[in-house]
Amino acid sequence: MPFSDDVRSRLDADAAQIIGKYPRPRSALLPLLHLVQSEEGFVSADGIEYCAAKFGLTEAEVTAVVSFYTMYKRRPVGEYHVGVCTNTLCAVMGGDQIFAELTEHLGIGNDETTPDGKVILEHIECNAACDYAPVMTVNWEFFDNMTPGSARQLVDDLRAGNRVSPTRGPSRLCTWKQASRILAGFEDGQATEGPAAGPASLVGLSIAKERGWAAPRPASTSASTSGNGGQPPEAGKSPRPRGPARPRSSGQKSSPGASESSQPGEESP
Amino acid sequence: MTDMLTPVLTARWDQPDSFTLDGYKRGGGWQALPKALAMEPDALIAALKDASLRGRGGAGFPTGVKWSFLPQGDGKPHYLVVNADESEPGTCKDVPLMMADPHQLIEGAAITAYAIRARHAFIYVRGEVLHVVRRLRHAVQEAYAAGYLGTDILGSGFDLEVIVHAGAGAYICGEESALLTSLEGYRGLPRLRPPFPAIEGLYACPTVINNVESIASVPSIVANGADWFSGLGTEKSKGFGIFSLSGHVTTPGQYEAPLGITLRELLDLAGGVRAGHRLKFWTPGGSSTPLLTDAHLDVPLDFESVAAAGSMLGTRALQIFDETTCVVRAVLRWTEFYEHESCGKCTPCREGTFWMVKVLERLEHGHGTEEDLEKLLDICDNILGRAFCALGDGATSPITSGIQYFRDEFMQHQKEGGCPFDQAASTLFGGGAGGRPPEPAERSES
Repeated sequence: MPFSDDVRSRLDADAAQIIGKYPRPRSALLPLLHLVQSEEGFVSADGIEYCAAKFGLTEAEVTAVVSFYTMYKRRPVGEYHVGVCTNTLCAVMGGDQIFAELTEHLGIGNDETTPDGKVILEHIECNAACDYAPVMTVNWEFFDNMTPGSARQLVDDLRAGNRVSPTRGPSRLCTWKQASRILAGFEDGQATEGPAAGPASLVGLSIAKERGWAAPRPASTSASTSGNGGQPPEAGKSPRPRGPARPRSSGQKSSPGASESSQPGEESP
Repeated sequence: MTDMLTPVLTARWDQPDSFTLDGYKRGGGWQALPKALAMEPDALIAALKDASLRGRGGAGFPTGVKWSFLPQGDGKPHYLVVNADESEPGTCKDVPLMMADPHQLIEGAAITAYAIRARHAFIYVRGEVLHVVRRLRHAVQEAYAAGYLGTDILGSGFDLEVIVHAGAGAYICGEESALLTSLEGYRGLPRLRPPFPAIEGLYACPTVINNVESIASVPSIVANGADWFSGLGTEKSKGFGIFSLSGHVTTPGQYEAPLGITLRELLDLAGGVRAGHRLKFWTPGGSSTPLLTDAHLDVPLDFESVAAAGSMLGTRALQIFDETTCVVRAVLRWTEFYEHESCGKCTPCREGTFWMVKVLERLEHGHGTEEDLEKLLDICDNILGRAFCALGDGATSPITSGIQYFRDEFMQHQKEGGCPFDQAASTLFGGGAGGRPPEPAERSES
């Protein structure tokens, strides 16, 4: 059943905004597929037809794109998409066990939805959070350092409608449809919620600060690259000699010099 | 003497508002763009060449040289595309960077776009990291409002539109030519090169495509000078980079250091392999880089030294596995990943990964033979260098290196009629954690 006039006019306004961002319209196809997924929770035949019409494509051409990308779902999914990373590192660290226990706990297999329509379970590939292994996602928000117990609690909370907070994400989890809308290109006002970085992201920085390690200060404060008409940066003007390529004395934990923890990325006054 | 860790890209991440315009500016941000806009674009390209920054997405191609390949005065639009599709197994540096410090990337993108004379920049971010997408969009909006993006930026006459584009789940789109195809609204299939993206990239126009960490390195290079950057690192691998430790290590996480640091040094900082265990194998730069072992602890982690040791620096994704880990299980799982993610365009990769999974399953379950190992190596030989893109090559890395270093362990599965390892011993919460001794059932030979 095609979209109602109301839905269509709402989608049309959103679609125009998305397409308008790109130099060539077809680049907006992936965002538009996220958009129709945000309307129905999956990419239906109607959604495909809608997108095809927008770009003057056949439905087959759009379907070929949809089926290539794993984030587009072709049938209704649960309110919460629960991903368990079972790529090698997370699998070894416990992802396999978490996934196995969740399938038993929920009584569903991979890519299946609980009878209450709340949770779809999927084993996912590496989600770029390996230092927080084993990693799970819900509606593509991070849940770090999971255990079988915390994973069971998580899905129980989701099914019970309890408030759930991602480890590194907004204070409140959004729905699957809302997540798809963000991916399509729209804001939900939650960008500033949650931590800047998780603990594992900061371990190197913490050690450096404790030990007074930092990148060297730049050689000259007026920075060799400042505008002098096409001249490449000047070498060797430093009042302070450049360090050697790097200390090769292995096993040395500390090194002298550069004692204070400056903000090396910044331009010195 | 350079310090062992040199936080630059990661320096602001511990500030609670590091992802905001205010937080970034307080940490010295948005000061490189005015400096860049006062320079000639070609001078910026020269500066990046002098800095000798090499691409941080794995391949290590010199960034400034890549920029210089764009034809100038050709009358075509130029494009900058930031590859933020971080998906290589083990790689987890760009996602925290964009979550904690997106302005650093956006400032780098603005400088780069100015240098290559682009008026559109795209940040192609994988879709599975929702909060990163939010943070990027928020930062882009702030940058527009502050006049760092948009029209007549800082009164320079330079215009730039930045578009954050969310992918939809496909590892292959981390491959630059597949990413461009995907960004054009198609299935993410890699393209035959030449022509390279510098000549015919997005919309068949000259395009620079760089990794997040490469572009995020640009502001500090411009601010502090090429010399400052090239004074760090090793002779041919200059500068600093983020090293991501994960797996069986006491303190996994991000460690930013000059290129050339060793795994032994990093493990020292990270408290070593988890208590009671020892290093068995590791990847220097993601699953597509051949495995190394405890014989390689002192290899300087720079492009040349890791290559000389038979692997690749890749993305500095150091996945650490201790002696409780079955290498056959690990290699099988990675191969399943490549089979799942092969786009199907090239027959050797599409068919080869499918059959390699079958053979590895047989081996893991104890039904394999010596001949199967030869069969695997033969299939790898028929994939390596015979596919359009590096996914196929990458798929062979775990297998050939796994067999090279652990051939006996593959055959041990046959002798024992199955996997001799206790999987629970490898988990964070199972038998091996917290200094408990390895399970008695564990019979690693390596």
